[in-house]
Amino acid sequence: MTHAATAHHTSMGLDSRKMAFWAFIGSECLLFGSLISTYLIYKGKSVVGPYPHEILNIPFTSVSTFDLLMSSLMMVLALAAVQRGDMKWGKIWLFSTALLGLIFLGGQVIEFTEFVHKGLTLQTNLFGCTFFVLTGTHGAHVAVGVLWLLTLWVRALQGKLGPGNATTVEITGLYWHFVDVVWIVIFTVVYLIQ
Amino acid sequence: MKSWLTTTDHKRIGLLYFWTAFGFFLIGGIEALVIRAQLAQPNGHLVSAETYNQLFTMHGTTMVFLALMPLSASFFNYIIPLQIGARDVAFPRLNAFSYWVFLCGGLFLNASWVTGPLFHAGILNVAPDAGWFGYANLTERQFSPGPNIDFWLLGLQILGISSLAAGFNFIVTILNLRAPGMKMMRLPTFTWMALITQFLIITAFPVITVALVFLMFDRFFGTHFYVHEAGATPLLWQHLFWLFGHPEVYILILPAMGIVSEVLPTFSRKPLFGYPVVVYSGILIGFMGWGVWSHHMFAVGLGPIADSVFAATTMLIAVPTGVKIFNWIATLWGGAIRGTTALHFAVGFIAMFIIGGLSGVTHASPPADLQQTDTYYVVAHIHYVLFGGTIMGLFAGIYYWWPKMTGRLLSEALGKWHFWLQFVGMNLAFFPMHFIGLLGMPRRIYTYGPELGVSDLNLVSTVGAFLIGLAILVFLFNMWWTSRRGRPASNDPWGGATLEWSIPSPPPVYNFSVIPTVAGRLPRWRTERHEPIQDPPAVPPAPIHVPGGSWWPLVAALGLPVMALAALTQTMWVVFVGVALLLFGIYRWAFEPFEV
Amino acid sequence: MLRYRWWLTSVALWLLGCGGPYPQSTFAPRSDFARASDVLFRDIFWWAVVVFIVLETLLLFAIIRFRHREGRAEPKPTHGHTILEIAWTLAPAVILVFVAVPTVRTIFTTAGDVPPDALKVEVVGHQWWWEYKYPDLGITTANEMHVPVGKSVQVAITSADVIHSFWAPVLGGKRDAIPGRVNYIAFRADSTGDYSGQCAEFCGASHGNMRLRVLVDRDSAFQAWVDDEKAAPALPPKASLAEQGKTVYSRSACIGCHTIQGVSPGIIGPNLTHVGSRTTIAAGLFPNDSAHLARWIADAPSLKPGALMTRMQPPLTDADIAALVAYLQSLK
Repeated sequence: MTHAATAHHTSMGLDSRKMAFWAFIGSECLLFGSLISTYLIYKGKSVVGPYPHEILNIPFTSVSTFDLLMSSLMMVLALAAVQRGDMKWGKIWLFSTALLGLIFLGGQVIEFTEFVHKGLTLQTNLFGCTFFVLTGTHGAHVAVGVLWLLTLWVRALQGKLGPGNATTVEITGLYWHFVDVVWIVIFTVVYLIQ
Repeated sequence: MKSWLTTTDHKRIGLLYFWTAFGFFLIGGIEALVIRAQLAQPNGHLVSAETYNQLFTMHGTTMVFLALMPLSASFFNYIIPLQIGARDVAFPRLNAFSYWVFLCGGLFLNASWVTGPLFHAGILNVAPDAGWFGYANLTERQFSPGPNIDFWLLGLQILGISSLAAGFNFIVTILNLRAPGMKMMRLPTFTWMALITQFLIITAFPVITVALVFLMFDRFFGTHFYVHEAGATPLLWQHLFWLFGHPEVYILILPAMGIVSEVLPTFSRKPLFGYPVVVYSGILIGFMGWGVWSHHMFAVGLGPIADSVFAATTMLIAVPTGVKIFNWIATLWGGAIRGTTALHFAVGFIAMFIIGGLSGVTHASPPADLQQTDTYYVVAHIHYVLFGGTIMGLFAGIYYWWPKMTGRLLSEALGKWHFWLQFVGMNLAFFPMHFIGLLGMPRRIYTYGPELGVSDLNLVSTVGAFLIGLAILVFLFNMWWTSRRGRPASNDPWGGATLEWSIPSPPPVYNFSVIPTVAGRLPRWRTERHEPIQDPPAVPPAPIHVPGGSWWPLVAALGLPVMALAALTQTMWVVFVGVALLLFGIYRWAFEPFEV
Repeated sequence: MLRYRWWLTSVALWLLGCGGPYPQSTFAPRSDFARASDVLFRDIFWWAVVVFIVLETLLLFAIIRFRHREGRAEPKPTHGHTILEIAWTLAPAVILVFVAVPTVRTIFTTAGDVPPDALKVEVVGHQWWWEYKYPDLGITTANEMHVPVGKSVQVAITSADVIHSFWAPVLGGKRDAIPGRVNYIAFRADSTGDYSGQCAEFCGASHGNMRLRVLVDRDSAFQAWVDDEKAAPALPPKASLAEQGKTVYSRSACIGCHTIQGVSPGIIGPNLTHVGSRTTIAAGLFPNDSAHLARWIADAPSLKPGALMTRMQPPLTDADIAALVAYLQSLK
């Protein structure tokens, strides 16, 4: 994805990779839409506990959510730095974004482990099934994003990422912001509205 | 060999799609013939109940996902860049990736026929056997303990990735790589219908992916997404499946409608009647296709209000479809019609699609549908739509674009034989099914008693099916014969209006020596608004950069069946091999120098 | 020729509305529910015929009349015609209104509502047989449902395992039997008879073998059947073959799955309390006679692929099977 972005003529005037990515995000909306709908349809249908209100730790997850929001801010800063050719700060912000993503994932690992200790696994009840598959799919998206960000960071360290790759960083940002927005929805639907 | 494995040329990928899909089409056809042989007589015992269930499951799955969709994809690949005046698709390597993933998925699914011994079962024992619709909770481990359903759900997930990747690629290609002057409302109708199809693909496939992921978790990790004892409902599957499934019907039919909308104008020497209406009705069908899914579920008992609403939306979708039919007839009206084989198939499409559409209206009405659904009446309906419709349309496309794709004309005489055998065969095969169903024979039963009184009708249907088989043999012979003796095709054997006819057959690797500038919707015809464009010169005035091949799409694609294999055999370490292969492929792909 | 004859006969039979040799024909309705569907279908069918004739005639006319001929002028490049477009958008829409209105009306008249005195029957789909319970009468039976003629019947449909679909075409449309959910249909049969049907939703290996019968009886016959069913199972006479059969039954695996009132409480397979009074066995597959019963008991999966009643291990002797058959046949 990071080969030199030559400025091709395009009929819509929008970079082809960016357009493809918007289409991808549209498609992902349907993916998460189906997962979230299923969560909502099966809400309150579990026949045995633990139930959401017994187990969800809202303060803890609020911190995670804040962490992910901050990572989106870092992403904005990273893109701005790369666009103006400031690769020193570009590297710093890219790494911070990835680091905050990693912290979010760590939070998810802690949360999942705690739930399992409290008796909620994938198999326990419908809440377990829908919760773990929904948040797990989101977590997998964050993991891919972290991998992607770290790749860019390494490229930057090697001096192979410059302002010429701004579009690549922008697309990474699109992905990252999308994953962040999805989390806001999940946080609202799963944690806040019980 | 290497050049085919690493190719990123849309034309070569188009041919790969064609041959692979056609191979699967033959396999699906043979499955259908065995099914018909079993049903030729009451109490048939050619195959066992278990084998029969695998046959009809694989017939449906193969025809939908491995034959019709990829045959359309073959034309998307070959024709769209030529129609919009582009040198390739937007992402040539992603295109190669789509193909290899499709091939892997298709082989993976079909491997289930012969790999029984690996699972301590016989050959012909572990192929998917719960129908192409795979209704939960029959697909749960409790009721389907073997690897059959695992093959199905993993194979379909692989194929979904292929379709999605191709979807993004073609959306961008069509929107972004149009030649100068090729405004959206100047796009050839086939390309327009392809664009709508791609939007349907990228929105519908995530939904079935989620449904399949739930099923996978239920089967492998003991979740309860479709288990009613845990408070869930197996109906979740039906809602998700048909939310995907109805747009999927339009994914199958819209490309054929696009082909017909190209063939009719060319051979009646008249522009498509009401081009904007045909385009907008296509878009409307695409949208409305999302609001009708529960008409597959009238027998489920959703209640009179839901039934009424879905009956109404379903009837409504008949309006834009009807409009298209009128516009096609009006296109022929007043034309100078040349009865080529391609035109035969296109007219056959309209004639048969009318029947399929009208029987569709009879089961848009829930009380009538309660007597029809899950019977042979619906089998008749879908075959009038998908065989009489899509396959007729695809054959129109094959006869129309074959000279462009191979440089040789197919024999018109053999083509007519093919058409008439297929036309008579399909009506013999599928028309009696209307009666078979209304006389009370459910579908998906491996045997029926003589007392039902449908034995003779079934025999007629079987004879028709074998006539179709004969028609396909004639076509195979036509392909083989003309590949050696066929007349070489000029740039434009038919007098077509669109850009693909302005360049040699088959086109050079760069397609257009000079990218044309388009002034109207029918660039190669003289109209009141513009003169025909000049064909590009035979020799490019300046050297043209052509992207080289790449191994990495193939390597990345191979990661997916490896992961699926790991799931199938439940060996964790193999999963990591698959992931590693995929990641390795993607990284090398991302960082190799590749100029588009 | 064959095709011609059968189309003609099929169409003729339909027009006559005659069941005749087609026991599952939807053209021979025998209840209000089936009649409503049939009337609606005929309505829509004739609209479809009209549209079919109009469209196919236009198409045929166009391809014949406008064939390319040497010397004919180039066609006029018409691009469209607004009024025509509007006309052929509106025309189908108007026809569809004529279809939609009776459709919605029939949806509500066939929604499964019944008067309070209706006979209630609960249907439970199993792989691959049907269980019928009459909650108000205290009857449990299998595969053959009895209902009185001319009386409203409400059928409550569910499933014990996977999704099935209950369908007796001459009495009305099908409804899915879904685990964890109850669906209703209602009908009033208008003539007596032995009507057949079968499972309409693919449900596994023997989906094709999951048949059923609905026997519509005159009131007196229905009452007699109810009385028989409510009675305790017949006791085989002392020292008869049937009594030996009862002993075999009681010491074999049979009791784990089958109920015979007062003998065994199994609930996995069909209730056999009055199995001798049924006309068929194995979900309508075979006549209820000694030969078929014997083969069925010895090796059910060979007659019905996937049947959960596996071959008895160790196998029963021929003498045991003969005794069992005699016993089951005595359970009138």
